[in-house]
Amino acid sequence: MPSYQNILSNRYTLARSWTLEVAERAGAYQQARKALTSMTPDQIKAEVKAANIRGRGGAGFPAGMKWGFLAPKKEGQEVYLVINADEGEPGTFKDRTIMEKDPHRLIEGCIIAMYAIGAHKCWIYVRCELVLSIARLEAAIREAHARGFLGARPFGKEHALDIHVHPGAGAYICGEETSLLNSLEGKRGEPRLKPPFPAVKGAFGMPTIVNNVETISAVPDVVAMGGEAWSNISLLPPEMKDGGTRLYGISGHVKRPGVYEAPVGITMRELIYDFGGGMLHPDRKLKGVIPGGSSTPVLREQDKVEAKDPKHPLNKWHGKSHLDLPMAVDTYRGIGTMLGTCCAIVMDTSVSMVEASRNLMKFYAHESCGQCTPCREGTGWLANVLDQIAAGKGKPSDVDLLVDISNNMMGNTICALADGTAMPMLAFVRKFRKEFLEAAEKGLPQSARLDEAIRSQLVRREAA
Amino acid sequence: MAFTLSAEHEKIVDELIARYPTKQAACIPVLHLCQRQVGWVSPEVIDYVATRLGMAASEVMGVVTFYTMYAQHPPGKHTVWVCRTLSCELMGAKTIQEHLEHRLGCHAGQTSADGNFTLKKAECLAACGYGPMVQIDDQFYENLTVEKLDALLDRIARGETPTQEETAWYPNAAAATTSGS
Ligand SMILES: Cc1cc2nc3c(=O)[nH]c(=O)nc-3n(C[C@H](O)[C@H](O)[C@H](O)COP(=O)(O)O)c2cc1C
Ligand code: SF4
Ligand code: FES
Repeated sequence: MPSYQNILSNRYTLARSWTLEVAERAGAYQQARKALTSMTPDQIKAEVKAANIRGRGGAGFPAGMKWGFLAPKKEGQEVYLVINADEGEPGTFKDRTIMEKDPHRLIEGCIIAMYAIGAHKCWIYVRCELVLSIARLEAAIREAHARGFLGARPFGKEHALDIHVHPGAGAYICGEETSLLNSLEGKRGEPRLKPPFPAVKGAFGMPTIVNNVETISAVPDVVAMGGEAWSNISLLPPEMKDGGTRLYGISGHVKRPGVYEAPVGITMRELIYDFGGGMLHPDRKLKGVIPGGSSTPVLREQDKVEAKDPKHPLNKWHGKSHLDLPMAVDTYRGIGTMLGTCCAIVMDTSVSMVEASRNLMKFYAHESCGQCTPCREGTGWLANVLDQIAAGKGKPSDVDLLVDISNNMMGNTICALADGTAMPMLAFVRKFRKEFLEAAEKGLPQSARLDEAIRSQLVRREAA
Repeated sequence: MAFTLSAEHEKIVDELIARYPTKQAACIPVLHLCQRQVGWVSPEVIDYVATRLGMAASEVMGVVTFYTMYAQHPPGKHTVWVCRTLSCELMGAKTIQEHLEHRLGCHAGQTSADGNFTLKKAECLAACGYGPMVQIDDQFYENLTVEKLDALLDRIARGETPTQEETAWYPNAAAATTSGS
């Protein structure tokens, strides 16, 4: 396994790492103290900007820039910080590790961020299924209060700080930031039209910064090292403005699935073969990998980076396999996929791509909030057509139908769920067209169930 | 009969309301609290929440029906959620569900005849690297095999609550934590 330095996750392996006593002995809250007692909000914002933190929630928006969009506070207005801990994107299981193993890092990040943006209140929106995360965060908040790190005068500073956990109630769409705000306000979690963006009109009508758990958890290290030094941990050149270290997840057909920390810019090959330990089954090769949560288009090893023009930002990697391109927000955009949440789903040659896409399209059909016709109808149709194909009731024209439906969903909706459904569907069909056509003609063999390859082990594993 | 919360829980409701600029914002956590007391969100719970938070009953109903974690019918003693999304599916979620259906004698969405377990299909529960997995009541059970699952269900039926650490391999095992460990 490669040895990059653990920074964000450096307290994960300590016994009882989630308690204040252990976390503080290992350095927690030193940066909050430093920030509140010796830095101005503008200084902190400048460091966060220099750190080039691309949002870890999926969209990859620069956190420093987002904080800069915050509407200036008017008389009688509040500014809020809202942490997105909804973690619902299939394949994604990284934020949970922070909340379970180092909740104080997130709380410390919230303290610094609230002070920097002028907020006095923060809500951490956690999906309610994550019972342990919620319990550990609530305990951490109580501990921080008791020590005077939160409350009326944190670290002696006249800047009252209050953090609360807000549970979700089971809805993937509530991870979308405006839907999350409606859910926070006690409403149905339906996304809002943008603009206005949350930074102008967010929670309870007030300017609000919504950031992912991991994004905010990086802030204490940014303050500790200085933004530029933190940014330079990234393996990418600084002009790509994608800095730091991040959590990578890997699931599916690898030997060592899990969450690993590494600098921005390692390759998918490193993630699968070095961190993930390589393919689970020695005789089965990689067929496809969904790079960053289910809404990101699938990659194959045989596809090459096309960037012949010397001025092309990816020219350095021209002709290389997609697996050998550094993983980053803009590099992945350049090959028609997305980095998303940086949590990969690995599929070996036993997997039917018709079944894999059918599984995901059923997910989206279930989770569409139903406000926009193209999304509500489109997600349902995609699932239906794939059901027909899988059941042997398809016809070759159904494959083009999948493409047509997807194209009609893109760019026509209130939120990005529709695009996040259509883009991966299009990539599945484009890259595995033959397989879809074959299934449309003949249906799927019985053995196409997705767990066929693993079934015998599930019953045997324990006996061995 | 009208729904009432225990005096202790009423105090929690006051604390929840104080966390937000509006009363309505407490709706989701208050519904959770009520569900914890009676096991589901009954029509009486909806009336209670509406009155307590100054909302229309139809608004509360709209919230309840939007989210999957509110039970609109009384469930069994325990609820088993089996994750059927892609990462878990690749690792055997379907086999796990089939085994559960066989063992409990009911399909997803139904309750076993002894009233002990309600079986439900879940979408991704943020445990993708540790599939197949189920959530039973408040605990995640990960890295399952059929045998492990049987042993868990036996214990739960006996009134035990195995902790999620028992099947999690990441809090203890070095392999799946992070590099360098
Ligand atoms: C359908 C949908 C689901 C999303 N789910 C999540 C989520 O679970 N967690 C998250 O942090 N961001 C999620 N996002 C992204 C958020 O809308 C938002 O971009 C993010 O919270 C911003 O934080 P960041 O800039 O720190 O990444 C989702 C977006 C969409 C469209
Ligand atoms: S795109 Fe889909 S999920 Fe998003 S608001 Fe429209 S219907 Fe709802
Ligand atoms: S796919 Fe099962 S927990 Fe994510």
